Amino acid sequence: MAEGQVIDGIYFNEVIEDAGLDEGTKKLTPEKIERVINDVLKGETGARLKTYVDTCIHCGLCSNACHYYLSRDKDPTYSPAGKVKQTMWEMIKKKGRVSPTFMKRASQIASTQCCVCMRCAMYCPFGIDIAYIMSVVRRICHLLGITPLYIQDTAHSHAVTMNQMWVKNDEWPDTLQWQEDEAREEIPTTRIPLEKEGADIMYSVIGPEPKFLAQLLYQAAIIFEVAGLSWTMPATPGWDNSDMAMYTMDSEIMGRVKRVHFETARRLRVKKIVMGECGHAFRSVYDRGNRWLGWKMHPFYIEHAIEFYYNLLKSGKIKIAKKYEEPVTLHDPCNVMRGRGLYEMARYVVSEMCADFRDMQPNREHNYCCCAGGGVINCGPPYKMTRMLGNRVKAEQIAATGAKVVIAPCHNCHSGLEDIVSHYKLGTHVKFISDILYEVMEKPGAV
Amino acid sequence: MIDINSWDWDTGEKLVADTGGWKDKFEWVEEFQAGPDGEKVAAIVKSGEGEFSVCVNGEPWENTFDKIWHLRFGPDGRLTCIVQTEMEWTVAVDGQTWENTFGYVMEVKFSEDGKNICAFIQQDGQYGAATNGEPWENLYSDMTVFAITPDGQHTAGAVRPEPLGEGEIFKFQDGCYTVAVDGKAWDKKFVNVWHMTFSPDGKKLAVEARSNLYDYTIVVDGVSWSESFPCVWEPIFNPKTGAIVAPVRTAGEWTLAQDGKIMWDRFFVQCWHQMFSPDASKLAAIVAPKYGRWTVAVDGRPWGTTFGDMVTDAVFSPDGTRIAAVGKEDYDWSVIVNDTVWPDTYDVVWRPVFSPDSQNIAIKVEKDGLQTILMNGRPWKRECEAVWDPVFSPDGSKMLVRSIENGKYHRRILPITEITG
Ligand code: SF4
Ligand code: SF4
Repeated sequence: MAEGQVIDGIYFNEVIEDAGLDEGTKKLTPEKIERVINDVLKGETGARLKTYVDTCIHCGLCSNACHYYLSRDKDPTYSPAGKVKQTMWEMIKKKGRVSPTFMKRASQIASTQCCVCMRCAMYCPFGIDIAYIMSVVRRICHLLGITPLYIQDTAHSHAVTMNQMWVKNDEWPDTLQWQEDEAREEIPTTRIPLEKEGADIMYSVIGPEPKFLAQLLYQAAIIFEVAGLSWTMPATPGWDNSDMAMYTMDSEIMGRVKRVHFETARRLRVKKIVMGECGHAFRSVYDRGNRWLGWKMHPFYIEHAIEFYYNLLKSGKIKIAKKYEEPVTLHDPCNVMRGRGLYEMARYVVSEMCADFRDMQPNREHNYCCCAGGGVINCGPPYKMTRMLGNRVKAEQIAATGAKVVIAPCHNCHSGLEDIVSHYKLGTHVKFISDILYEVMEKPGAV
Repeated sequence: MIDINSWDWDTGEKLVADTGGWKDKFEWVEEFQAGPDGEKVAAIVKSGEGEFSVCVNGEPWENTFDKIWHLRFGPDGRLTCIVQTEMEWTVAVDGQTWENTFGYVMEVKFSEDGKNICAFIQQDGQYGAATNGEPWENLYSDMTVFAITPDGQHTAGAVRPEPLGEGEIFKFQDGCYTVAVDGKAWDKKFVNVWHMTFSPDGKKLAVEARSNLYDYTIVVDGVSWSESFPCVWEPIFNPKTGAIVAPVRTAGEWTLAQDGKIMWDRFFVQCWHQMFSPDASKLAAIVAPKYGRWTVAVDGRPWGTTFGDMVTDAVFSPDGTRIAAVGKEDYDWSVIVNDTVWPDTYDVVWRPVFSPDSQNIAIKVEKDGLQTILMNGRPWKRECEAVWDPVFSPDGSKMLVRSIENGKYHRRILPITEITG
């Protein structure tokens, strides 16, 4: 990654090779750009965007909310309003008559220099939602075919397989059966009930679990078994609740993926959907994908893993055998904390499991984003340093707690924080809640 | 279709199996499945160390397997499941396995008469279908959707004939996917191919496709509609004319199109699960007439009653005069018939079943963990651990009810007046 350069009259604060942007930009024409921008502004945005743009008084109060801006020594090109200035304001002001290089830079900003974390909206006196404006920029970029390569490939995976990781139709049930076998070594009666129509709960996870993190499926099976719950997992597409098409703003694919998820719960006649520890997937199911399809909320009650564990511990269905001793801190994932307010439940769960819990400052809805969310980590290796240099504040936040373990109940946060702790040599481990819960819970029936 | 006249419609009550006692015989017993005529009840059981079997009416199959899943009765009453022995997977039918084995079996579908059993298979990392154990001659490096004709004579899938490497986004966008019917791929490729529907006679196949990242259309036997849309959902065939109808999105709203042309004069926030009445004179769909509210629209006219969570499982009566559907509001499920909601709500409601004369509607429901049958809004007097979908006798005067109560599986033939009063 090279630092700041002016290319074709446009300032790039980072210069990064990405075939998705580079090749896509080559195919752009000024006419196409103008048409797509105006189509989106007229046809897809309406009063909300106009109000935001007209209301902003350029006061800069949002700047100190953004981890990129703070971590980049207050470089104004990383400030929330600065990102709008370099993208949407210019598109509106010039009525869509902007250059291909401008659009390439706009895509870089919207896709990799904003995590759509919505922290800045809390600091704007008018509540202007910069994340929404960046999403509109992403939508325009999607329609122009200039989306970073890795996340575009992921959106293609969603479109073909309805999951995030190109997991094929046999690989999914096969992996569950393998994890079921493994779990039976520990508790012989464990089942992962496939396609059990009429179960109380459909448990859904994200694509990386069968691909790289199969132990999470194992742990979930043990937790469900010990809690004695009626549950099922589908054997068909619809098992994956994640949705990177939401972040590339391929809304049609986002909706298609969410539809399959809900239709699968309907087919299985479950009473609710419990989702694993993922933040963006939760946002896609309870906020974005459902609403694109026409739901105000969602057709099934959606319980994030944090709420699920909270209920299991509160009701005594899961009991703690011995608390985890090492000092831990908790990262509040934007989509389930700022988005859904699960922070007190998360603190209850962590305090029940762990003897030494140290909160980060600031925390709860004010916590800094992990800089992996919003699809940024899914833009792949070219942007690793964008994330590392863009989130020094998170490293400082973690280091100040003195904790040995960061609990991150979200997949993107988990992967992003692993990079952060390694880059800044913090010497901390990153764990999911279920990693610790599985370790400290009572397991009657274990051999 | 299955001739249900041959079933026993006279014996009022038959205790078929003491299912509750099975757990004393086996280490564990999985979910029960009841046969279509009610004469059999079965479950996957753990019969020994690392050994599984299927127990039918109390007797286990002679064969045991390393793994078993997806136990289902076919429409003709044969009991099938997907089984693994020595790391090879296949399908077992009434205890007998197919001769061919596969790397994996993902899904099993039955023809309407149950005679043909079709499976979605993987062999040596290649994908395709097998009918009664015989796989396609050509398998593909990927297959994602699996469909069969009503008679099960033909199978189809969304396939990718050529390999596609990680991150090859431009190759992907040129179109790598197509449809294979009986293993033979169409010439034309698409960016995506999704839901596929065969015509009732099995001669034509219509699929949802995306021809580039932005243009969606319906493709019929390899030929795309001349119109494309910003999104489409699954197509169906008009059973009388063979015309193809699919939900299409235009200017942010949904409606139905026939053979590419918009056919309804109304647009909705959402529109899907369209269906023709049996005589094809009416066309209905599940729609959201306004944001966050769901109902049924008949020939483009939505019912007045709407639900916030969803409307699902809409079914036309055989005479086409009535539609029953399931509605859900605040996580409570209920039944709606021709725009009138039945009084009670339930934790779950299954698909409505009409009597052959269209007069009565029976439905499986669940409340507080107990299941029963509702008819015309009135519950059967028994509350059971499990019931299965009811089946009306050919003359509509009786109903087959399959249930488990107090650990006993019963087959009952009830005069419908037992519930309707
Ligand atoms: S990363 Fe978060 S705080 Fe920064 S501009 Fe984007 S939404 Fe605002
Ligand atoms: S705080 Fe609000 S008004 Fe001020 S610059 Fe930021 S977005 Fe504009």
